[in-house]
Amino acid sequence: MHNKTIAELAAGLRAGEFTSVQLTRYFLDRIKRFDGSLNSYISVCEEEALKQAKAADERIKAGEEGWLIGIPIAHKDIFCTDSVRTSCGSKMLDSFVAPYDATVVEKLKKAGVVMLGKTNMDEFAMGSSNETSWYGPVKNPWNTETVPGGSSGGSAACVSARLAVAATGTDTGGSIRQPAALCGLTGLKPTYGRISRYGMIAFASSLDQAGPMTANAEDAAILLQAMAGFDQRDSTSAQQDVPDYTSGLNNDLAGLKIGVAQEYFGEGLDAEVEASIRSAIEKYRELGAEIVDISLPNSGLSVPVYYVVAPAECSSNLSRFDGVRYGHRCDDPRDLEDLYKRSRAEGFGAEVKRRILIGTYALSAGYYDAYYLKAQQIRHLISDDFEQAFKQCDVIMGPTSPTTAFKLGEKADDPVTMYLSDIYTIATNLAGLPGMSIPCEQVNGMPVGLQIIGNYFDEARLLNVAHKFQQVTDWHKKNPVGFE
Amino acid sequence: MSLTPDDVQKIAHLARLGVTEQEKASVASDLTNILDLVEQMNQVDTSAVVPMSHPLHMTQRLRPDEVTETDQREKFQALSPAVENGLFLVPKVIE
Repeated sequence: MHNKTIAELAAGLRAGEFTSVQLTRYFLDRIKRFDGSLNSYISVCEEEALKQAKAADERIKAGEEGWLIGIPIAHKDIFCTDSVRTSCGSKMLDSFVAPYDATVVEKLKKAGVVMLGKTNMDEFAMGSSNETSWYGPVKNPWNTETVPGGSSGGSAACVSARLAVAATGTDTGGSIRQPAALCGLTGLKPTYGRISRYGMIAFASSLDQAGPMTANAEDAAILLQAMAGFDQRDSTSAQQDVPDYTSGLNNDLAGLKIGVAQEYFGEGLDAEVEASIRSAIEKYRELGAEIVDISLPNSGLSVPVYYVVAPAECSSNLSRFDGVRYGHRCDDPRDLEDLYKRSRAEGFGAEVKRRILIGTYALSAGYYDAYYLKAQQIRHLISDDFEQAFKQCDVIMGPTSPTTAFKLGEKADDPVTMYLSDIYTIATNLAGLPGMSIPCEQVNGMPVGLQIIGNYFDEARLLNVAHKFQQVTDWHKKNPVGFE
Repeated sequence: MSLTPDDVQKIAHLARLGVTEQEKASVASDLTNILDLVEQMNQVDTSAVVPMSHPLHMTQRLRPDEVTETDQREKFQALSPAVENGLFLVPKVIE
């Protein structure tokens, strides 16, 4: 039952083969059996989930239409939920229960999903391995000695081990796509502004974007449909109509122009991963696509630019955690300054502190032009590169991550090496473009992700391109061993 | 650019983030490594480039000046570590 797609489960629910309560119990059971070794959930909400499942069964019985009614999913613990703790992977918010639902949560609730729980993540979404979580690292179901990627590592691991049908994630520099790649999933980061950021705890506001993490492109289309749309409460929400994401999934790919940039196949890319990506692109040629050479000359600077822009925005966003209004507060503060300093020192982990400090430095008097302004200028160049590229092609393809999942602890003590694991995903966040990762050939039994980057608001095409590949391959159907 | 433990002290104060004496040296070295990475930006001449602060070329929306939020003080203050009579409590700031 756990390997069924959303559409198959929806059909089963309607045909009376099983109820949402049974389906939910089944997944709660799997979480109990398997999550001990993975640590993919921070909170499991059994009671609340069964209540939602019961309500969903009523809606189905009443004949209500909707693929997502009664489908059990998990939310990344960055989305505020008004009945369940939202920790953001941090000691700072260990006892925080938000006073409202994030728009994403509200919309999915309305669509009828059942929330199984909240998934583990790098603290405040800062990390690429899920090792910075205050709740401990998540293990990759494909090999529990390796990381699931990050920051949406819990979402990736739980969907990969089928401890949820699907999950939500967020992506600031690759946090949906990289864990999706490392865990063999389909992950979509939509265009900046496509999905509301309201109630999604802010990391870097000009980059943050939510998206679905699923077993296949069709499931991703169904979830995106429910998540996308304009929201009055998010000042950068896009005022763009939401197209039908499922109707074009089977469009023919004949004549599709795929841009391939040499910059995404340079030094640092694992040779076997490269072979796997090239073979996937070859598959697209067989499907009728045309391969075009493009150039993204400034993409090599996306990591340096990101590590100015993201920390700068994070240092500002995280100043709200002051030990006064909510979140962790130190004991017996001597004075107000001591209250701020100690509450923040105790509440934040090492990586969050590093980024706050780098951001504070980059924005401080005398350094603003050299760092922040310079980074914004190069951000423009990176964005222009994509604009030029999309004059020659419809989508861009390359690797999502330079390697398959790396060992736990391997990069944990070296921040800069860790930062470089997002080298292929960051540029799309800087430009605000949609990007996707889908599983292609494996290397030594570990999943590899093919990244597909699209033009602004072209998510329907990305989903179509991904779906067609999944019609002729079965990498997305492979499951890690030990979770039957 | 190389940061010293003293620099870390100053930056941490600006960020109102406590750092211990023992942490300062290792934080200084971590931040220096990150700044070395960031320095790669200097390879590019950007004198004629307009800075980009936002991914979409859009202007800030305006809305009618109407009251849209209701008072939920009690609900929000219930989250606070210390409140009294509808006020957030902090250590004494005025002698």
